[in-house]
Amino acid sequence: MADTLQSSTSGGARQAEANPVTRFFRATEIDTRLLGMVGALLIIWVGFHIMTGGLFLTPRNLWNLSVQTASVAVMATGMVLVIVTRNIDLSVGSILGFSGMIMGVLQAQMLPQLMGFNHPATWVVALAGGLLVGAAIGALHGSIIAFLNVPSFIVTLGGLLVWRGATWFVTSGQTVAPMNASFRLMGGGTEGSIGATASWVVGALACMAIVVAIINARQQRKRFHFPRRPLWAEYFLCVLSCAIVMGAIFVANSYYWPVNIARKYAEANNIPWPEAGLFIPHGIAIPVLMAIAVGIVMTFIATRLRFGRYVFAIGGNPEAAELAGIKTRWVTVKIFTLMGVLCAIASAISTARLNAATNAQGELDELYTIAAAVIGGTSLAGGTGTIAGAMLGALVMQSLQSGMVLLGIDTPFQRIVVGVVLVMAVWLDTIYRARAK
Amino acid sequence: MTEHRTPLVEMRNISISFGGIHAVDNASIDLYPGEVVALLGHNGAGKSTLIKILSGAYKRDSGDILINGEAAEIRNPRDAKKYGIETIYQTLAVADNVDAAANLYLGRELQTRWGTLDDVAMEAKAREVMGRLNPNFKRFKEPVKALSGGQRQSVAIARAILFDARILIMDEPTAALGPQETAQVGELIKQLKKEGIGIFLISHDIHDVFDLADRVSVMKNGQVVGHARTEDVTKDEVLGMIILGKVPSKAIPGPGAMKI
Repeated sequence: MADTLQSSTSGGARQAEANPVTRFFRATEIDTRLLGMVGALLIIWVGFHIMTGGLFLTPRNLWNLSVQTASVAVMATGMVLVIVTRNIDLSVGSILGFSGMIMGVLQAQMLPQLMGFNHPATWVVALAGGLLVGAAIGALHGSIIAFLNVPSFIVTLGGLLVWRGATWFVTSGQTVAPMNASFRLMGGGTEGSIGATASWVVGALACMAIVVAIINARQQRKRFHFPRRPLWAEYFLCVLSCAIVMGAIFVANSYYWPVNIARKYAEANNIPWPEAGLFIPHGIAIPVLMAIAVGIVMTFIATRLRFGRYVFAIGGNPEAAELAGIKTRWVTVKIFTLMGVLCAIASAISTARLNAATNAQGELDELYTIAAAVIGGTSLAGGTGTIAGAMLGALVMQSLQSGMVLLGIDTPFQRIVVGVVLVMAVWLDTIYRARAK
Repeated sequence: MTEHRTPLVEMRNISISFGGIHAVDNASIDLYPGEVVALLGHNGAGKSTLIKILSGAYKRDSGDILINGEAAEIRNPRDAKKYGIETIYQTLAVADNVDAAANLYLGRELQTRWGTLDDVAMEAKAREVMGRLNPNFKRFKEPVKALSGGQRQSVAIARAILFDARILIMDEPTAALGPQETAQVGELIKQLKKEGIGIFLISHDIHDVFDLADRVSVMKNGQVVGHARTEDVTKDEVLGMIILGKVPSKAIPGPGAMKI
C-alpha cells in the first residue's frame, strides 16, 4: 500500500523535490552508467593527450584508434549476447584466426586458379567462405553446449586450441599474402576510406535517422497514451546525438592522406601539385563503417526481435524462460552461430588490415573481447548488458593501448596496466550497481 | 452431478520417479469446468511434481492425461499451453531483468508486420490486464526485480489469464503475499471460476485454500490419499488425511490411504 500512496501523490511532487541533475537524467532517460563510461573515456583521452604532449587527440590518432577498435568491437557485440545468457566464448580469437586463414587461402591461392587472377568477385566469394566457416564453427560449439550439455567454458576452451591448431594445418604454418585489392578495402587505410563527401552524406543520413527514430518513438507512445519525455528533452537528445555524429565525421575528414600517397595520386591523375600541398581527407574508414553497421544490426536484434528478448529472458531466469515455452537450446545454438559469423567479420577486417593471414592472428583477442563486453557493463552473472556499452568498452581498451604505445611504454607493462584497469573497472561497476539498487 | 459430465482434466495412474525414488506413484486426479480443486500435502508429498507433469515441465513415466475426455500429448510447456493449461509457479518463474509487459508475453510476443517486437502494443495490453487485476500497478517500465512480492505475483497471474486459460494451475499462490494481497487473489479465483475456468490450487497449508476449494485431493509420499468435497469434511479431517493418511468416511480413498 505504501507503494500506492507514493505513486498516487504522484511523480509530479516527487520530481519537483528532486535536484535539477536527477530531474534532467529522468527526463532525458540517459543511461547514467553509459554516461559514466563516456566520462571515463574522455578522462583517458585528455590524460593521454596531456602526457604525450598533444599527440593523442589529433585527427590522425583518433582515426587510427577507430580503425584499430573495429575488429574487437565487432566481436564484443556478439560476446554480449553470449555472456548475457551466462555463457562464455573463449574461442573467438581462434575462430578469427581460422576463418581469416580460410579467407586468405581462398583469395590468394584457390580462387585465382578457379576464377582467374583478380576476378572482381574474388573478395565476395572469399568473404562468404569465411562467414560460412565462422557460422559453422559457432553452430558446432552451440550445439555441443546446448544439446550435449557441456559447459560453454569447456567447449570454447577446446575450440580455442582446436581452431588455433587447425589454422596452422591449413598452410602448414605459412603466412598467406597478399590479399585481394578489393578485399583489402575492409582493412581501412588510405584506400579503404570513403572520402569527405561520402562521409558527410553518411553523417546526414545518420542524423535524419536519429530524428525519425525520436519522432516515431514519440508518436507511438502518444498513440497509446503512455507517458512521454518532455519536449525539451527530445530536442536536447536530438541535437546532442547529431552533434556527436557530425563531430566524429569532422574529425575523420580532418585527417588527410599522407604526402607521398597524395603526390602519387596527383601524378596519376594529372593534378598539378599545389604549393601548400594537396589535402585529401580520409573520411570514415570502411572497417569503422562495418563495425557501426554491425553495432546497429546487433542492437536491433537484441532489442527489437523475439530472439533478443529470449536471450535476455534466459539470462535473467533460465528456468522461467524454459517454462514460458522458449526453446532455450535453439536460442543457445543461434547465439553461438551469430558469434561465429561476427568472428569471421572481425577476421575479414583484421586480415585485410594486415594484408595477410597468419597463424597468430587473433591470439588473445578472446580476452580483449570479453574484457570489452565486461567493461561495457555486461554482467557475468547474466541478464544484463548492452551492445553500445560493449563497443564503448572496446574503444576504452584500445584507447589505453594506443595511448601507452604513444607514450613508449613497453609491451609487458602495457599488459599489466590493461589487466589492472579491467579489474578496477569491474570493481567500480559493482559499487555502482550496489548503489543503484 | 459432476460425475456425469466430462472432466476438463483427468490424470490417470500417473507415475514418475527420479533416480529410483517414486516422486509420484500411480496418482489419479480430475478437475471439472468452473471447479476449484485444492491439491494438498506436506512438502515433498509429490503434489508439485504431479502438477508439473500436467504443465509440461516434467515427462511422466507412465499414465494418461485426458483433456475434455481425449488423450493429450504433453511433452513440454508449449504443448500444455496449446491445451489452454497455464501455470503460476511457486517460484513465480518470471524473468527478473525484463519489464512486466515482456514477462506477460514471454514466449508469445506480439510482433509487428515486419517481424519486430510490438512493444507498444504489448505494453498497452499489459496496462489493460494489470489495470483489471491490480489497479495500483504503475511500474511498467522497470525490470520485474524492482517490484514487490505481490506485484510480481500479479504479473505471474496476469500472464496466465492473458491467454484465455481454460485450466489454471496455481502452485502456492499466496505463499509470498500479505493478507490484503491474499484476499485479492481469492477474489480473482472466484471470478475466474465464474468464467468456467478449472483451477488447481496447490498448497501445503490447508488454511490458504480450504474456503476457496470445491474439492480437496490429498497426497502423501507420492500417492493419493483420497478425494473429498469440502462441504463433506472438516478442516481437521483433511488435516488427518494430510498428516496420517486417514480417510474420513465421506471421502473417496485412494491408493495412498492408511490401511486399517
